[in-house]
Amino acid sequence: MTYKRPDKREYDEMRKIEAKVGIIKRADGSALFSFGNSKAIVAVYGPRKLYPQHLQNPQKCLLRCYYDLASFSVAERKRPGPSRRSTEISYVTANALKPVIDLEAFPGSVIDVYILIIQADASTRCAGINAASMALAHAGIPMKELVTSVSIGKIGDAIVADLAKEEEDYTIKKDGKEMKAATDIPFAFLSRSEKISLMQLDGKISYDDLKKAIKLARKTSKKIVEIQEQALKKVKEDKT
Amino acid sequence: METSNLTKKRIKELIKDDKRMDGRKLLEFRPISVELGISKKAEGSALVKVGDTEVMVGVKLDLKEPFPDTPENGALMVIAELWPLASEKFEMGPPDVQAIELARIIDRSIRESEFINLKKLCIKKGELVWAVNLDIYPLNDAGNLIDASAMATIAAIQTAVFPSIKGDKVKYGELTAKKLPLKNPPIVITFYKIDNKFIIDPTVEEEESSDLRITVAMTFDKAGTHIHALQKSGDEPLDEEEMLKVLDSALKEGKKLSEKISK
Repeated sequence: MTYKRPDKREYDEMRKIEAKVGIIKRADGSALFSFGNSKAIVAVYGPRKLYPQHLQNPQKCLLRCYYDLASFSVAERKRPGPSRRSTEISYVTANALKPVIDLEAFPGSVIDVYILIIQADASTRCAGINAASMALAHAGIPMKELVTSVSIGKIGDAIVADLAKEEEDYTIKKDGKEMKAATDIPFAFLSRSEKISLMQLDGKISYDDLKKAIKLARKTSKKIVEIQEQALKKVKEDKT
Repeated sequence: METSNLTKKRIKELIKDDKRMDGRKLLEFRPISVELGISKKAEGSALVKVGDTEVMVGVKLDLKEPFPDTPENGALMVIAELWPLASEKFEMGPPDVQAIELARIIDRSIRESEFINLKKLCIKKGELVWAVNLDIYPLNDAGNLIDASAMATIAAIQTAVFPSIKGDKVKYGELTAKKLPLKNPPIVITFYKIDNKFIIDPTVEEEESSDLRITVAMTFDKAGTHIHALQKSGDEPLDEEEMLKVLDSALKEGKKLSEKISK
């Protein structure tokens, strides 16, 4: 039995992507990125002086990421304020972005990255990372390359790109019982060196299928880089 | 005390020749021991030692209303308390990101491998289910808390028994002989990268010399090998080839470990 995606997408097809830079005027850099109904907005402030002073690192700049869901972004209202989930995602997001930023150029400073999900339909951390990477570039922070993120899923036996919520919750009937049959694997790649800076997984998958997933992730993220670059170029054109 | 640059340098020099400060091989665990039933009040408990690292885990069961999206499933909660008694690096206060990440990695490994059959923990659909609360307390942090916590959690779960119930209330202290509905436990191994080499079961000094770690949770059965949870952490990225190499050796080491356990 072959798996059919609920929105009739091909296996390697992402949802419609919207990428825009410069959406928050007050911020030093900002961006919006959406995968279909998952929408992230990001503002970057900095590099700026880090307070309290004892947090300052005389050798390099601190990169702080804050990821969270807006209370109205999910079906049942989410209590505002950071959760355990958002704390972990903020942490892995910072890890995903750090390798590309020249943090040693701004000793004693901080770069704050605020990622707010205003509409959640799975793959929100990926949308957040994509937007954050664009917002950092928009803020004029020296970066070696862009960071691109996409989630790959194994639904039943199919390896598909960019999971939607409905797919994430995919179940099969087995012995008369509903069984969860979706594996979610978010990735982040550095655009030029193609290194992996984020990889998480939950579900059930074999080594060979995981290899296929990595391959698909790489292929898909190449398409995302193009979209990110286009959006960044557009700002430049608007300014001139 | 923070590891000195001199020690880090020494660790990195040795690693070049596949050697470690304590004479272990790159992919070798320190001696592991398990002590069961360390708390009489808990429904299940275990203390695992991996070298000098000690982690204690307790299981408490209670009855509660199920989550609205899973009315037929029992609930699973994993919390890690990094008390300052285990290391000078820990501080009192609400869980910080290290504690949250640790708990969530263990949570995913247990949940996704379906080690505990949560479907069998339902008493009345939509109204009453068992909640399994797993609390992780490191007692001495000498490195590799993730793997040690996973082992202690699994051991504690395996010893856990249901308390008796009266109506919809739990009668604590009156334990039944009935164990939790369990399947194959996951094997959790974390790889740390130091200077282009990967090691397992690091000491604190080795942990602090590393900027990249990957945790893999897997199970083995007749249908083959399954990967249930992955977490890449740390500041450094890695390339695909390295990633596949790690996964490959994770599965090999995991297989060895699981054969050892089933013996």
